[in-house]
Amino acid sequence: MHHAPVSRRDFLMAGGALVISVMVPGAVRTALGQTPVGGKPPLTPDELDSWIAVLPDGSVRAFFGKMDMGQGVDVAIGQIVADELDVAFERVDVVMGDTAFTCNQGGASGSTAIQNGAITLRYAASEARRVLLDRASQKLGAPVEKLIVQDGVVSVVGTPDRNVRYGDLIGGQYFQLKLEWNKRYGNPLVAKGQALPKKPSEYKVVGHSIPQGVVADKVYGKLRYVTDIKVEGMLHARVLRSPTAGCGPVTVDESSISSIPGARVIREKEFVAVVAEHEWDAVRAARALKVTWAPPCTPFPAMESLYDHIRQASVTGREAPVNQGDVEAALKSAHRVIDAEYQWPFQSHASMGPACAVADVRVDHATVWTGTQKPHFARDGVAKLIGLSPEKVRATWVPGPGSYGRNDAGDAALDAALLSKLTGKPVRVQYMRDEATGWDPKGPAGIYRGRAGLDAQGNVVAYDFFAKGFTRQDVATNESDPKDTLVGQLTGYPPKPTVIFQVPAEAYEFANKRCGWECVPPLLERASPLRTGHLRDPLGPETHFGSESFIDEIAHAAGADPVAFRLKYVKNPRHAAVIQAAADKAGWSRRPYPNPRRGKGNVMLGRGFSYTERNGTIVAVVADVEVDRRSGRVWAKRFTVAHDCGLIINPRGLELTIEGNVVMALSRTLFEEVKFDRERVLSVDWTSYPILEIQDAPEQIDIVLINRPDLPASGAGEPSTRTVPAAIANAIFDATGARIRRVPITPERVRAALARA
Amino acid sequence: MTERITLVVDGKSTDVSADPAMPLLYALRSELGLDNPKFGCGLAQCGACTVQVDGRPTRSCVTPVSGVKGKKITTLNGLGTSNRPHPLQTAYIAEQVPQCGYCLSGWMLTAAALLRDTPKPSDKQIRQALAGVKCRCGTHMAILRAVKRAAGSKA
Repeated sequence: MHHAPVSRRDFLMAGGALVISVMVPGAVRTALGQTPVGGKPPLTPDELDSWIAVLPDGSVRAFFGKMDMGQGVDVAIGQIVADELDVAFERVDVVMGDTAFTCNQGGASGSTAIQNGAITLRYAASEARRVLLDRASQKLGAPVEKLIVQDGVVSVVGTPDRNVRYGDLIGGQYFQLKLEWNKRYGNPLVAKGQALPKKPSEYKVVGHSIPQGVVADKVYGKLRYVTDIKVEGMLHARVLRSPTAGCGPVTVDESSISSIPGARVIREKEFVAVVAEHEWDAVRAARALKVTWAPPCTPFPAMESLYDHIRQASVTGREAPVNQGDVEAALKSAHRVIDAEYQWPFQSHASMGPACAVADVRVDHATVWTGTQKPHFARDGVAKLIGLSPEKVRATWVPGPGSYGRNDAGDAALDAALLSKLTGKPVRVQYMRDEATGWDPKGPAGIYRGRAGLDAQGNVVAYDFFAKGFTRQDVATNESDPKDTLVGQLTGYPPKPTVIFQVPAEAYEFANKRCGWECVPPLLERASPLRTGHLRDPLGPETHFGSESFIDEIAHAAGADPVAFRLKYVKNPRHAAVIQAAADKAGWSRRPYPNPRRGKGNVMLGRGFSYTERNGTIVAVVADVEVDRRSGRVWAKRFTVAHDCGLIINPRGLELTIEGNVVMALSRTLFEEVKFDRERVLSVDWTSYPILEIQDAPEQIDIVLINRPDLPASGAGEPSTRTVPAAIANAIFDATGARIRRVPITPERVRAALARA
Repeated sequence: MTERITLVVDGKSTDVSADPAMPLLYALRSELGLDNPKFGCGLAQCGACTVQVDGRPTRSCVTPVSGVKGKKITTLNGLGTSNRPHPLQTAYIAEQVPQCGYCLSGWMLTAAALLRDTPKPSDKQIRQALAGVKCRCGTHMAILRAVKRAAGSKA
C-alpha cells in the first residue's frame, strides 16, 4: 500500500512537470507505461486524473492530498477506493504527500483524513467506475445495468465469458474528465462526478482490519525516513539558535571553526547556520562557532507566576460561543455555587527525532524533501522565502520522526531551502535535540475556570466555563508563509499571531449555560521558543481537563454518581450511548464518591469518568488508577474507552490509533511541562522534558468501538486525546479525596494535595 | 586527525576513516550509509540510535567510533530479514506496533537482548529492561504485546 522507496530511478511524473534523477523517496513505482493520448491534464482538483489512475495491468493508483502520520489512513483510503472501484485492496496503491502528484487537501490536519479527505477519493473512484462501465458497455454490447465488476473485470450478468478488464478499457491512459469542484483547497476541498458512491451495505473492503504494509518496512529497517535522504553533492547544515529568547546575533567569529574541514558560516540577517560536507563536521562546527548574542532581555514571567501572569494579562480577543439563558442571574439565585480553576502548562511536541529537511534550490526551480505533515503548504512557504513561484517548487513528504501537528518540521523545510539558495548546493539540515524540544511550537498554557449553580435538590441551574490563555496559533497551522517559521521571523517576516481558542465540546443541556474564552498576548513578539502552535488535538486536552474535572466536581457536590450525573444532562442519544458503553464495559456500578474503600495500605485505588466530543466523534473514558500514598506516584492501570466516529473503515487500525492517543495523553497529563526562566526555555531534552516511560504505561486498555455505518466517518487521530486527562484527575480524586487541578499531575503535586486533603 | 578504523557491522567488515572521537552513529549513517540507527537526541536519553555491540544494546550517539574497533555491531537491519525474521520482527508485524517507527531500533534491539538472556520474561522484567527507551507516538501497549508474543513464539 505504502509504496516502497525508489532509488535512483528516473521516472516520468504524472504531473508532466519535472523529471528528477536523484534518489527519490516515495515515488510512484512506474509511470503510466505508455504515452497517453492528449497528455496529462493539469494537476487540478477538477480533473478526475488528479485523483485516480488505472494502469495497463489494471491496478489502481489513488492520489491522496492528505497524509498518514503512522496510523494507517492510507490503508483506509485504499479500502475506500477498492470498494468504489470493485478491485482487490492489494491492487490499489495510494500516493500521498508529493506536490507533484497530489492536490492540496490540507495534509494531515485535525483528524480529517477520512472525515474530509476521503470524500473526494470516494467520489473520484466512483466516477472512474462509472466511466469504465460506460466503456465496457460499448465494448461488450450490453447495457450498464447488465454489467457486474469483480476485481477489475467487467462482465455481462449470466455470461461471464463476455468480459473485459479495466486495464484494457483505459489502462495507461488518462480519463480526461472534469469533476465538479467547490473551488476550495485544503480540508474543505470537495470534487465530485456524476456517479453516486455505493451504499455502506455494499462495502466489502471497508470495515475490515487490513494491516499496514509499511510496518514490515519499518521493522526490517527498510523504510527511508526524511533523515535518510541523500542528494548528490549535498552539504550538511546545523542552525544556531540564540541561547536566550529574543536575542539576535551581534558578531560571528568565523575563525573559530577554521580548523574544521570545509565548515563555514552562512548568515542571513539574524539567521545563523554552519554547513560542512560531513555531518559530524557540521555538528562540531555548530558547537565550536563563537557567536556574540545581544544581551538577554526578560520576556518571560517567572515560571511559578505563569498563571498569575495569564490572569492579569490584557486581552487580545474574547468570545462566548455558547450563551443560553441568563447564567449570572441563575448563579445569583442558586442554592449553592461551585467554583474551581484548572491550569494547563506549555507543552512540547518533543517529536521522537529533531526535524530534518533536504532542499535543492536551483535558479529556476527547487525541490524539498520534508517530514512536514503539510507538504503543499511547505511548498508555498519555501517558494515565498526563496522567491520562486509555487509551481516551480516541488515538496515531497518523506516519513519523519513523528508528527502531531505543527512541530519543528515546518521550520526545517524553510531552513534547508534558504541554506540551499545561499550556498548554491543541496542542503540537509537536521536540528539537535535542544533545538527540537527547546524551539518547537508549543501547546499553549492557560487557565480554565468553572462556576456552577445548584438548586436545593442538587439540580444544575447555571453552568459557566471560561478559559483565559495564550492563543493556539502564534504560528499558523502550517508553514505556507515565512512569517510562521523561525527562519522567516529571523530574516524579515515578523510574526502575526492569530487569536483563536475554543470551548468545551459536549452535549450537556443546562438551562443557563455559557462557555467562553479570552486570549492574552504572546510573551515575545518575535522568534520565540515559547511560540504556540498546533499540538495533537489543539486545546483539546487542556480545555477538557478543566471542563470534565469540573463536571465531576459538580456531581460530587450534588451527591450524584459521575456517570448518572452525566446521563441526566446529556439527552443526545448518540452521546448517551457512548457514555453508557464505557460505563458498561468498565463494570461501573454506583457507589459513594470518593471511594470509601480505597485500600488501607500505601496504594489507594480509584476510578474516574470523562466524556467529550470532537467534530462529530464522541468518546467516553473510564480510568482506573493506583495512587501511592508515600511516593505520590500515579499509575493509570486500566483505561476503558468507548468511541463513536460514525462508519468504521478499519477497526484494528482504529483501536491502535486510540491506544496511541490514550498513552500520549496520559504522558501529557502526568509528566509534561515546558520549564522556563525569565530569559529562556529550560526544557531542551528528555531529562528536562520527561515523557511517559514504559513502566508507566497502563496494564490494559479496553476499547469499545461503536460502528455507525449509517453515519459519515469522522476523525479518530485526536478525539480520544482530550478525554483522558480529566478521567485520570477524577480517578485520583476517587482514590484519595484530593482534587488536583493543575497538570502535570506529578508525584510532588500529588503528595502536596494529599497533605492538604 | 582521522584514523582508520575497522567496523564489523551486520556481519560485514568495513574500514572507515574518521575522527576517533566521532560517535559511532555518524560512522554508521554518514560513512557506511546504514540508516537504521536514528539520531534522536545525541545524549543517550531516547534509544533511537541503538545498536548491539557484541550483543549489548548500546547508544551509538555517545559511543566513540574508536571504542568499537573490531567488535560485532548489529543494527535493526542485521537483526533479521523478511526471509529470516527475528521473532520480534514477526511479532511487531503481527501486532502492527509502530506508528512513526523512528524509535524502533531502541525498542527492538533492547528487547532482542532481553529475550536472548531471559526467554520468558515477566511483564515487570520487560518494563524494566525497556526503561529509558522513548516512544512519542504512544505505542507502548503494542510494544508490550509484541515482546510477549515473541517470547511465546520462541517456546
